[in-house]
Amino acid sequence: MKLRKKRVTQVATETEAASEGGLVFHPLDQFIPTSLFGDGAVHWYTPSNLTLWLAILVLAVVGVFVLGSRGRGIVPSRIQSVGELMYGFVYKMIEDVTGKDAVKYFPYIMTLFVFVLFANYLALLPMSYSPTSMIAITAVLGFGVFIAITVLGFVKHGTAFLGLFWMKDAPGFLRPIIAIIEVISYFVRPVSLSIRLAGNITAGHVVIKVFAGFAALTLASPAAILGIVAIYGLEILVAGIQAYVFTILTCVYLKDALHPAH
Amino acid sequence: MATDTHETVVSACLDSHGGAIGMPQLCGEWIPHQIFWLLVALAATFFVMSRIALPRIAAVLAERSGTITNDLAAAEELKNKAAEAEAAYDKALVDARAQAQQIVAEAKAEIQAELDVELAKADAQIAEKAAESEKAIAEIRDGAVKSVTDVAKATTKELVAAMGGTADAKTITAAVTARMKG
Repeated sequence: MKLRKKRVTQVATETEAASEGGLVFHPLDQFIPTSLFGDGAVHWYTPSNLTLWLAILVLAVVGVFVLGSRGRGIVPSRIQSVGELMYGFVYKMIEDVTGKDAVKYFPYIMTLFVFVLFANYLALLPMSYSPTSMIAITAVLGFGVFIAITVLGFVKHGTAFLGLFWMKDAPGFLRPIIAIIEVISYFVRPVSLSIRLAGNITAGHVVIKVFAGFAALTLASPAAILGIVAIYGLEILVAGIQAYVFTILTCVYLKDALHPAH
Repeated sequence: MATDTHETVVSACLDSHGGAIGMPQLCGEWIPHQIFWLLVALAATFFVMSRIALPRIAAVLAERSGTITNDLAAAEELKNKAAEAEAAYDKALVDARAQAQQIVAEAKAEIQAELDVELAKADAQIAEKAAESEKAIAEIRDGAVKSVTDVAKATTKELVAAMGGTADAKTITAAVTARMKG
């Protein structure tokens, strides 16, 4: 598949180069899943480049958190201290944002943070594949958080959880209106969570690819390469910030589920 | 080439060149694939984190804070011990000084006593010698006075005789004794 695709893209390049004067943009092709073995269609079970990079992600997590802390050093090794730093960061975030009673959900939130963070950063490697740019993947994460938190809220507080939408401090006639707005904003949460993450990662990767396309022009190439460097630096920030934002919003939503009273 | 191009169209979301039609993320055909592998990866990550990594890091952090607390306590204890040792050292120093002073005083007293004894002995010897000397001087003086008297008497007698007179011994003795007194 790969070989054949390369040949085909070459053909495409030639034909488009002829028609478009040297500029060829395929910024979205990087998101196409391709089968690792064989050249058939990508079914739900097919091991693809997505599978490969998710496997690398899991291996990286194992490397940092399991192999890195293998020594269990009182004085940590470098990798161990990186793991401990992330542990302390997320733990403190949960304690500060959600409260001390939320510490029992720490493994779930830590898993989310580590997954998104590692996916974002691994996606910045050249030739890699970016799982967090897939809206389906971030939607599963976002809606997973949303459903889990909603279920948790009802299990913990029963119908009192609906008090989250009913502002007792607001004047009486405003309460139904505020309730409608609150309900809408509540249901928008998973959508904004997932689109924010996928949008940020997709946009960054597409912009880098577009700049790379401009690099084919001799005159534009210095500016294009500078642009790639600049956007890459920005993407390094975005990768960390988006993981942080995803996690801290999860903590904020979890706080609503645990303490629905306004 | 034409057959290749024909064969590579394996998805409704790919064009005849193998490029994406629209956003590959939104291609419904691949969504089950993405969700399936996401769930597998998430499950693996969660397993690794919750079963191995997080308990281990928690244990390491707890152990570290425990070690730090213990070390601080041990340091405090050692500090107290050091203070005690210093106090004991100071006390020993003071004792040693006092003892040294006592020894010095004793030695002084002993030496003084010996010195006194020796001095007394020497004084006694000196006194004895002085007495002896005085006696000898007295004897010599007596001898000298007697000699002078004898010489004076003899000289007087001779003088008187030379002047043509005669004098008895009694008168001369009286005269010489009277003159010697002056």
